[in-house]
Amino acid sequence: MEMTLTVNGTSHTADVEPRTLLVHHIREGIGLTGTNVGCDTTSCGACTVLLDGQSIKSCTVLAVQVDGQSVTTIEGLAGADGTMHPVQAAFREHHGLQCGYCTPGMVMAAVSLLAEQPNPDERAVREGIEGNLCRCTGYHNIVQAVLSAASAQEGGS
Amino acid sequence: MSILGNRVLRVEDPKLLTSGGTYVADVRVPELDGAAHITYVRSTIAHANITGMEVDEARQAPGVLGVFTAADIDLGVPPLLPMFNQAMARPLLADGVVRFVGEPVAVIVSERPEQGADASELVWPDYDPLPVIVDPMESARDEVLLHPAAGTNVVLALTYGEDPNLFDGCEVVVSEDIVNQRVAVVPLESRSAAAAWVDGRLWQWSSTQNAHGVRDVLAGQYGLDPAAVRVIAPDVGGGFGAKIGVTPEEVLLGWLARRVGRPVRWSETRSENMVAMGHGRGQWQKIEIGGRRDGTVEAYRLTILQDGGAYPNMGALLPWLTRVMAPGTYVIPRVEVASRAVVTNTTCTVAYRGAGRPEATAAIERAMDIFAFEVGMDPVEVRRKNLIPADAFPYTTATDAVYDSGDYEEALDRVLEGAGYQELRAEQARRREAADVVQMGIGVALYVEITAGPTAGSEHARVVVDVDGSATIYTGTSAHGQGHDTAFATLVSSRLGIPMDKITVVHGDTDLVERGQGTMGSRSLQLGGSAVFEAAAEVITRATQIAARLLEVTPGEIAFDDSNGAFRVAGGDEPGVGWPDVAGASKFDGTPLAASVDFQASEPTFPFGAHLAVVDVDTETGQVRLVRFVAVDDAGRILNPLLAEGQRHGGIAQGSAQALLEEVCFDADGNPVTSNLADYAAISATELPSFELIAMETPTPINPLGAKGIGESGTVGSTPAVQSAVVDALGHLGVRHLDMPATAERVWRAIQDAPSGKGA
Repeated sequence: MEMTLTVNGTSHTADVEPRTLLVHHIREGIGLTGTNVGCDTTSCGACTVLLDGQSIKSCTVLAVQVDGQSVTTIEGLAGADGTMHPVQAAFREHHGLQCGYCTPGMVMAAVSLLAEQPNPDERAVREGIEGNLCRCTGYHNIVQAVLSAASAQEGGS
Repeated sequence: MSILGNRVLRVEDPKLLTSGGTYVADVRVPELDGAAHITYVRSTIAHANITGMEVDEARQAPGVLGVFTAADIDLGVPPLLPMFNQAMARPLLADGVVRFVGEPVAVIVSERPEQGADASELVWPDYDPLPVIVDPMESARDEVLLHPAAGTNVVLALTYGEDPNLFDGCEVVVSEDIVNQRVAVVPLESRSAAAAWVDGRLWQWSSTQNAHGVRDVLAGQYGLDPAAVRVIAPDVGGGFGAKIGVTPEEVLLGWLARRVGRPVRWSETRSENMVAMGHGRGQWQKIEIGGRRDGTVEAYRLTILQDGGAYPNMGALLPWLTRVMAPGTYVIPRVEVASRAVVTNTTCTVAYRGAGRPEATAAIERAMDIFAFEVGMDPVEVRRKNLIPADAFPYTTATDAVYDSGDYEEALDRVLEGAGYQELRAEQARRREAADVVQMGIGVALYVEITAGPTAGSEHARVVVDVDGSATIYTGTSAHGQGHDTAFATLVSSRLGIPMDKITVVHGDTDLVERGQGTMGSRSLQLGGSAVFEAAAEVITRATQIAARLLEVTPGEIAFDDSNGAFRVAGGDEPGVGWPDVAGASKFDGTPLAASVDFQASEPTFPFGAHLAVVDVDTETGQVRLVRFVAVDDAGRILNPLLAEGQRHGGIAQGSAQALLEEVCFDADGNPVTSNLADYAAISATELPSFELIAMETPTPINPLGAKGIGESGTVGSTPAVQSAVVDALGHLGVRHLDMPATAERVWRAIQDAPSGKGA
């Protein structure tokens, strides 16, 4: 099926097999490998991207389902001049990543969480990222990073 | 001021955060252009003779380039570790018999990965079922043999300090049968590799903790000189011990690439990973502890039955490390350890964060708890009474470990103070008195573990300074999240006065790094870092000689400024020369300005600490919530607190996960029932609190950095602390022990069955 998808602001039209998952289309079809696959049961969240601004697990959406829509991946989050998004910067500042495999999905989930809840408390952050597994950090510094990004956004707006 | 000891932010992060890492599946290089995809067909039955295999239909399927079974493979069977029964060796594909669900029985090469998945459903093995052994105790009876040629199911049996009269003279002897359950490792990146033949050499990209180890195994399997194999570990998405070894799926890739005349790629699914990558732990333990009524421990016996899975792997060796660390932080005059590792019709067991040491700590800490329970003392006071005193180091244990340095009582005091132990006990007493539905439990565990062991370790490093004043560090360690680029660049920057952004760290490529032993056993900073540190010092020595020549003085007259990398004539005010000058002069002479060091430690090191967990237990539902976690971890001198704390956090989470939630289960027929992340309870952010970390640094004399390993400590201490807290919450009901994980059902049943009736 021919479909058009805007990824990080660029429009891509391609002939896509109907059973292709969105994550595979992003990785193999469009060639953006920042989004990772960590499981096959929608459990780990490594593949989380933003679909029209909302976080989704891109392993649980068929590419053709999102024909005409807009996706943001980890590669599209920083500013055009390379300035990190406040969530990315907070993850670095608070050592919220180690091996980095869960990181793109975790960052996108956090961006989406803060869009919905600009000022979450620790419990809300933990619940907000519950669908994203990390095996390295014990979540401690991820939670610190998200809380810090929230206050940075608060201060900046 | 030195940047050592500072919270230097990671140099790895900008790339990982903005474009994502380059894991094996992300590698795009010309050598892998046109790569075919590998799909393994796995056994769906735990133990059976393979009486036939129908593959013709799969061979005709769209995109399929080849389908192969054991009969096609002309590579040898990889040898087992030398101490194992070699008749239990594992063929690369199941050869006549399958021994666990998930064992590869055939392999498909296809143009596209989905074509391989489709074709895998067209492979039809015929199985003639055999009796299935899931329970290690049943296996140990040798009534059904998994490997008949071996004559036994026992892979390795070890005894130490055997003494039938061990408990003679003890006033109190208590025992308990406990299970250190099997858990899944779950690195977020499953196993992944790619292979290509390049100018007659085998190139393999591998998600591994040990590139040189993979190279050597592949060279052995293919009959090649190690120099004819290049292994590249790009970014690696976690390992935790399970990516130390080389699995059959990875060994076969070069053969498959040669057979189809194309490079090949393989990335397993998570559901494959959960049944086919090794699992951790899996020890059935009997603890017996004896001593006096005043709380003095006099003797301890640990009997271990290790579940090795279907084929012996690292897991079968872990009781050896458990034996070494059996007495923990305590003075115990008489210690006996007996272990057997057996095979079962389950996934193989391997090293998992802590690898044998968490099992030792869990056992001795449970033993101290039940001993305290029996003599009616506070478990903290029983521990304190038996701790190895601070002035006893170096201390040789009854199991012949030589603990290098430590102050266990100080660690205990700090954790009790940090947590407010007396206040916690008061709150617990209040809730018990009030018969609150939600009861509080407090668990304290002390640990000591062995890092960079089990014998004296070594590691390689090379430091090169280029004519532009930049430096490159080549290390034989192989980071997969630990932050070696940051840590080692910090070491070199502080020594050479070269800014961090002009330092490159190279690891995990056997063509670029001459030798190495990888990252495991919390070895990297103390061995690899020490090698880097000493190589940097040698570079300074060489550079000083060159600077002296350039400045026309003797080397003894040169003063090196490690804040800016300037070599000056001591006492003079001339500007002197810098790294570009000396590196340029060295190059002009025909030798790069570089030094290689193989750092050799004289002994392993023994980090230690004290952990305290607080749990709430709902006595009506059995639900356990980890409310607080306070940790003192002493890993000697800390190079970068940011990285060290990150290691502690991750370890505490994994250890707590074992105590609270995680367990790999098989049914009686050997079917895995936790074979994906929907069924396996990998711990999430909502099930953990933020951790309260308390610093403590007791340097080791074993290496120039004074550093011990920190990668596994969190796991070693947290499991028994959390387990103990859960049991403690039920202590007033008469509950003395509860196996892990503390699921709501298990806790609820314990409350129902408790001597003091149904709950509070």
